[in-house]
Amino acid sequence: MGMSLGGVLNFLVSFAIMASIYAILAIGLNVHWGYTGLLNFGIAGFFALGAYTSALITSPKPVGIMANYVRQAIGLNLPFLLGIAGAAIVSGVIAGVIGILTLRLSEGYLAIATIGIAESIRIFINNESWLANGPQGLIGLPRPLHNIVPRCYYNYLYLVIVSIFLTVIYFAVERGIRSPWGRVLRAIREDEIMVSADGKNVFFFKLQSLIFGAMIMGIGGALYAHFSAAIQPGVFEPLFGTFIIWAMLTLGGTGNNKGAIIGSFIVWALWSWSTFLIFKVVPRGFETRAPYIRYVLIGLLLIFIIIKRPKGMLGEEAHVSEF
Amino acid sequence: MTILEVEDITSGYGSMPVLHGLSLKIEKGQIVSLLGPNGAGKTTLLRTIFGILKPWKGIIYFDGKDIKDLPPEKITRIGMGYVPQEENIFPSLTVQENLEMGAFIREDNWSGRLEDIYEMFPDLTKRRKSRAGELSGGMRQMLAIGRALMLNPVLLLLDEPSTGIAPYLVDQIFEKIKALKGHGMTIFLVEQNTQALKCSDRSYILEGGEKKAEGNACDLLADEEIAKHYLGK
Amino acid sequence: MAELIVYGIILGSIIALGSIGLTLIWGITDLFNCAHGDQITVGAYTAFVFTSLFSNMGILQGKVGPFSFCWGVLLAFIPAVIISVVLALIIDRWVYKPLRHSGAHFITSFIASIGVAWVLRGFIYIIWGADFHFYSSGLRTVAFLPLGIKLRIDEIFIVVIAWMAVALVYLFLAKTKKGKALRALADNPGLARISGIDTEYMIKWAWGIAGTLIAIAGILYGIETQLRPEMGWIFLLPLFAAIILGGKGSITGALIGGLLLGIAQQVSTAWLLPTYKPAIAFIIMIAVLIFRPKGIFGRRHI
Repeated sequence: MGMSLGGVLNFLVSFAIMASIYAILAIGLNVHWGYTGLLNFGIAGFFALGAYTSALITSPKPVGIMANYVRQAIGLNLPFLLGIAGAAIVSGVIAGVIGILTLRLSEGYLAIATIGIAESIRIFINNESWLANGPQGLIGLPRPLHNIVPRCYYNYLYLVIVSIFLTVIYFAVERGIRSPWGRVLRAIREDEIMVSADGKNVFFFKLQSLIFGAMIMGIGGALYAHFSAAIQPGVFEPLFGTFIIWAMLTLGGTGNNKGAIIGSFIVWALWSWSTFLIFKVVPRGFETRAPYIRYVLIGLLLIFIIIKRPKGMLGEEAHVSEF
Repeated sequence: MTILEVEDITSGYGSMPVLHGLSLKIEKGQIVSLLGPNGAGKTTLLRTIFGILKPWKGIIYFDGKDIKDLPPEKITRIGMGYVPQEENIFPSLTVQENLEMGAFIREDNWSGRLEDIYEMFPDLTKRRKSRAGELSGGMRQMLAIGRALMLNPVLLLLDEPSTGIAPYLVDQIFEKIKALKGHGMTIFLVEQNTQALKCSDRSYILEGGEKKAEGNACDLLADEEIAKHYLGK
Repeated sequence: MAELIVYGIILGSIIALGSIGLTLIWGITDLFNCAHGDQITVGAYTAFVFTSLFSNMGILQGKVGPFSFCWGVLLAFIPAVIISVVLALIIDRWVYKPLRHSGAHFITSFIASIGVAWVLRGFIYIIWGADFHFYSSGLRTVAFLPLGIKLRIDEIFIVVIAWMAVALVYLFLAKTKKGKALRALADNPGLARISGIDTEYMIKWAWGIAGTLIAIAGILYGIETQLRPEMGWIFLLPLFAAIILGGKGSITGALIGGLLLGIAQQVSTAWLLPTYKPAIAFIIMIAVLIFRPKGIFGRRHI
């Protein structure tokens, strides 16, 4: 399996784009779990909401013969940045509703409730074909600035776009978490009762954290939609929508945004590169099964890290709050 | 003869010490009480003696053997019983099953012992098949003591058996404790209720993790200074 | 409607059987085991290996009465149960026990169990591939019951075996010394230790029961549908819903929760697309969590 240098570069670029999108999702999770102690196991729900919202905002409503094949409730044909904004807003609003319903649950039950909500969102999108074309999903989603570079180099440009978003989100979260607001969140994670004894409305702070993190996840979803240019409900199943992101954050270091980024790159590298490496060593006739070795590898790595380095590769950063 | 000897024990939770170099002795066949305000470290001491907390420093001798490294499930087997103050029953098990769990490590036939316990606490007999979680506070306390008695321990540690139960039952419980002493059992009674002093042979007063006074129970009661400071008189 | 309710009872029986082991482990070790579903898959595939083995040896190929499967499947229950229990004990020894002893947050063991789930599924894919497998290619006889209910004969077998297994576990927990000790441990682990109950030893028993039920659930599920690597993982979320409904550690709760979910899911198909079935389970679960966070029955019994 020879690969030209260009091929390798292309592969690396699309790897970096996907890993960065996952890093954004992992930072969103870090706001929830790492900083506030909210067990959100429904990342896939916000991921899907972001992706679908941006898709419906930025793509035109199908007309003519296409309308027979692709059904979508709305198609606003608006610019990319409005899609991103819409993704963040819709994810945030839905997170607010979910939070009001579920944030009073004790932490473990919150985890299970959010899994259920995310799955219900996915099943809803899958079944209600009028909304966004059901199981076939939406294809040919617009790619921002696609006319300023040749098609074969587009991914380089998109990597720049995703990197800008990742950087801005990273610094926004770092700043937020060092602010007095972020200090309250971390205090909630450590000892909720102390914070409420301090006269702070714990529920309200948790709700804000849930909304903030969900907006980041929504942006991650939108960036995914415009990268892959095609989305189906199947993408947002718990494995790739939620659990893999938990693995990324846990591996990198809970409560550490750099850890979230590093964990995302490592897990995604294991996932997407192991296929190539494994193909070289497996006996003939075994190729179709070889890719599944990556399940074993990531699973073992996750177990190993949890037992040997429970704080992840980087551990939690010490935070100095600014006043 | 000394049955329990605690020497220079320091113990606590996490990195916070609660007991600071505490020493005390319990003679066989006596009721020894330990009094002190909330947060004095009374429960911490019992948990340390029973191996639930590992002491940071010091020695614990039971019946001449060093037990400070034994886990609670082993300490149960060498003749010590413990009735915690809270969560001292299995709420979803029946009264009878709670008592059976008390006898979990007994390989011999303990049905006679079960009848003894029911005789001692006749109210429990009528509720044999009720879930323990449905019992009133006083009944729960009796069940908790009954569970620990199933093994007929040499030394029984009781953590505030009078807390949260009706006053007439408090008297009853202290009567039962005296009766146990009559059967030769040694009892280490942790209390806030000064009534405990009246039924005990010897007493210790604990505050801030340190021993403030010790001696004959009557002497302590008579000491005005102590009565004013620690016994809320 | 009667037919849907009967289908609901069949589905509910499998959910109930699958969820009892899950809630037992949850109650006793605080582990919310994400690998439970994949352990079910392993149970189903292990039985498949032995069934094929018997068939290659040319033994036990006769069909069992009116059912679609042969005697080999019945005999395969034994090795499948043994392997399932051994696997559960190995996983506990090398993954969950170290975490228990380090006093880790329960979410840590939950995430570790996600890792275990991936390892198991990876091996299933590697060994058996992504194709579907069947215990037998035999025709599935249909029985016609009153009220126009059509039922596969196999499903009668499934319901009977599921309820027998459930009844045996219930009797074990209600009547034997070890069963009572398990309940005591789930109820108040601190007091259980004080009473001299060896926690780690009893946890092995809990995994023994869970492993047994896992293998049986896997085989029955395999008879009802077909074997595929994702079968247990997909099955896991309804199991979570059932034990949340039933309350932590409650066997009876999980039984009733499982049955309710099974019936609700099937009956919902009278009005909704069948693809909404899992969502029905989640919506019921979320409603229960919001209004009765301790499960429908609150305080648990067995």
